[in-house]
Amino acid sequence: MELEYTEEQNAFRREIRQWLVEHVPKSPLASFDTAEGFEQHREWERTLNSGHWSMVTWPKTLGGRGCNLIEWLIFEEEYWRAGAPMRVNQNGIFLLGPTLMDYGTEAQKKRFLPGMASGDEIWAQGWSEPGAGSDMAAIRTKAIRDGDHYVINGQKTWSTRAVYADWLFGLFRSDPDSQRHHGLTFLLVPLNSPGITVRPIRQLNGLPGFAEIFFDDVRVPVENRLSEEGAGWQVAMSTAGFERGLMLRSPGRFQATAKALVSLYLEHKESADLDPSIRDAVLRAWMDAEAYALATYRTASSLLKGGHIGAESSTNKIFWSELDLRMHETALQILGARAELLPKSPDAGDAGNWLDGYLFAQAGPIYAGTNEIQRNIIAERLLGMPRS
Amino acid sequence: MDFTFTQDQTLFRDATRSFLMVEASPEVLRELWETDEGRSKELRQKFAEQGITGLSVDSGHGGLGLGDVDWVLLLHELGYFAIPDSLTDTAYLATGLLNGLPEGNEARKEWLPKIVDGSARIALGHPVNPLVADAHLADVLLMYHDNEVHAVPRVDVDVVRNSSVDLSRRLFNVKWAAKGATRIAGEQIGRRLWQDVVNRGALSTAGQLVGLASRMLDLSIDYSAERKQFGKPIGSFQAVKHHLADVAVKIEFAKPAVFRAAYALTQDHPQRDVYVSAAKLAAAEAAALAARHGIQVHGAMGYTWELDLQIYVKRALALTSSWGDRILHKSRVANFVFNPDAQLGPANTFTFTD
Repeated sequence: MELEYTEEQNAFRREIRQWLVEHVPKSPLASFDTAEGFEQHREWERTLNSGHWSMVTWPKTLGGRGCNLIEWLIFEEEYWRAGAPMRVNQNGIFLLGPTLMDYGTEAQKKRFLPGMASGDEIWAQGWSEPGAGSDMAAIRTKAIRDGDHYVINGQKTWSTRAVYADWLFGLFRSDPDSQRHHGLTFLLVPLNSPGITVRPIRQLNGLPGFAEIFFDDVRVPVENRLSEEGAGWQVAMSTAGFERGLMLRSPGRFQATAKALVSLYLEHKESADLDPSIRDAVLRAWMDAEAYALATYRTASSLLKGGHIGAESSTNKIFWSELDLRMHETALQILGARAELLPKSPDAGDAGNWLDGYLFAQAGPIYAGTNEIQRNIIAERLLGMPRS
Repeated sequence: MDFTFTQDQTLFRDATRSFLMVEASPEVLRELWETDEGRSKELRQKFAEQGITGLSVDSGHGGLGLGDVDWVLLLHELGYFAIPDSLTDTAYLATGLLNGLPEGNEARKEWLPKIVDGSARIALGHPVNPLVADAHLADVLLMYHDNEVHAVPRVDVDVVRNSSVDLSRRLFNVKWAAKGATRIAGEQIGRRLWQDVVNRGALSTAGQLVGLASRMLDLSIDYSAERKQFGKPIGSFQAVKHHLADVAVKIEFAKPAVFRAAYALTQDHPQRDVYVSAAKLAAAEAAALAARHGIQVHGAMGYTWELDLQIYVKRALALTSSWGDRILHKSRVANFVFNPDAQLGPANTFTFTD
């Protein structure tokens, strides 16, 4: 155990810190769930890419920096410390990217990774269907082989970023007679394909953060298939593992929120202390965010030494999503009667941002596999309890 | 940056676990409850043979010369098997204090070899604990007096036994008088030595609490697989699964905090008090949830004297407030976090100098 950064790691931190000071937009961008904000965020991705910062863990030949996971954590800490924009292409860079590295052909990596890094191709996810939510193996949307194409028919839903994105990755049933986890294939689908209809769904905050997608004889070339036909479940599980496990929610995000919460509390100390539970909740927020960071460093270290992420990714997902909820609930308690004000209200001050974060935090225990499903996974795979 | 243990460290942990599985069964622990002394000479001798008593004694005095990070994995095992206080108090805390005395110090020269060979038991008296654990068998007591350290022979103190809910505990009200002859460190060195003892004591209980939580979790998992209702093992029901999954999450996130605290002690890290306290709070919370959900999953059996779960539930209760209760540890963390000059937020988890 050696919990010190090397000189190279310190130099790396200084470099990204300096670059962010020079490049992070001075005023916040519009939400990427608006047409205007989406393009602003795409532009930011291009700026990041121009500095080779869009995905530091990727090899240099693919626009990355060949960083290891510790350096990735350093990058993420600096990114959140600087208050840089949210990553509009997180579906691509954090989820599909690592999956492509593992399962993609050389040609696929060359075709898709650079566009992902540059922000020219932004990705949406296509897992859930009206009848397949937590029970993802109930997927029914078909992708039937026809010569050198798959023909897709059916419906996906809750597809994050799909309203403005360029591509979609997801699971489809390629064998119509198959059951459950078998006969599923992982496909990459251009969202401008003929036969696709994207219908935006407004989220709790009123913006179309996800969509339902209808497929009507959509033709996708065979080279857009990741891994073998029928091997889609395994590929998807690897993507889901990354999502829950390490990359989707780096600790910097929650440490930044915890820090803001401490400041908010100190600013309103006199009124907040009239409810003694608030001080305790703020203290816990800092400790828990710190614990999440420590756990992530521990996982990253172990991965570097050849370990791998298993059901532990489920403990992570529960921990950060519930922490995020608690922190935002506490902030709203401190803000009291101002908590309900939308960011655009003249008297909102910074209350509106907390409200925004609070609404978004409601989704945390649901997306990337509900926390109920995560608890089942922990019980069955980590603790060895009997299946229901 | 490397947050893993070495192979040597994990092998030593595994060997200790195998050893304790044989030597410290619940039956053995219950037998010791019934004795006045509450301790076993034979077991102490075996700990010495395993090298555990001399773990942090330097090789010049016959020990292994290892430190807090080596201890932290063992503390988990000592908790898991509910090993009574005297071992950690002697081999970890008292040794740490004696190690901090100047090279030629008489007490240091006298006691370190006896700690290694298992012949000495040492008790520690510090105001953070109202009573002194294992004072009755101590060959010497290291006592706090206005930041000074005093080494007081057992014959020079009067002890009155108090009974704990944890029947392995032997707690004593100790009456003694500080004299020039008993002082082994003055106020200046002593202040620092006691700070380290309190931190090591808190880390020791934190490490053991995580081990206790793991034990209670394991017992509950086993029981939920054996016990059938409605024609199925109760462990197949989601309500039961989710109770235990929640315990697993608490344990998973207490561990790195405990490990980091151990590392901070080896480095004399300026924020070690805060890291130790955060670790202790997280560990105590994990153990409390493991106890509560453990009893619940065991149903009425969980409320019986017969069931071994009680051994670990009660020990966790005792250790939670030993070497600093929640009030103390929370206040130490709060003093740091609510200081307007504190460096909080991303990029401050580990030291970075710009």
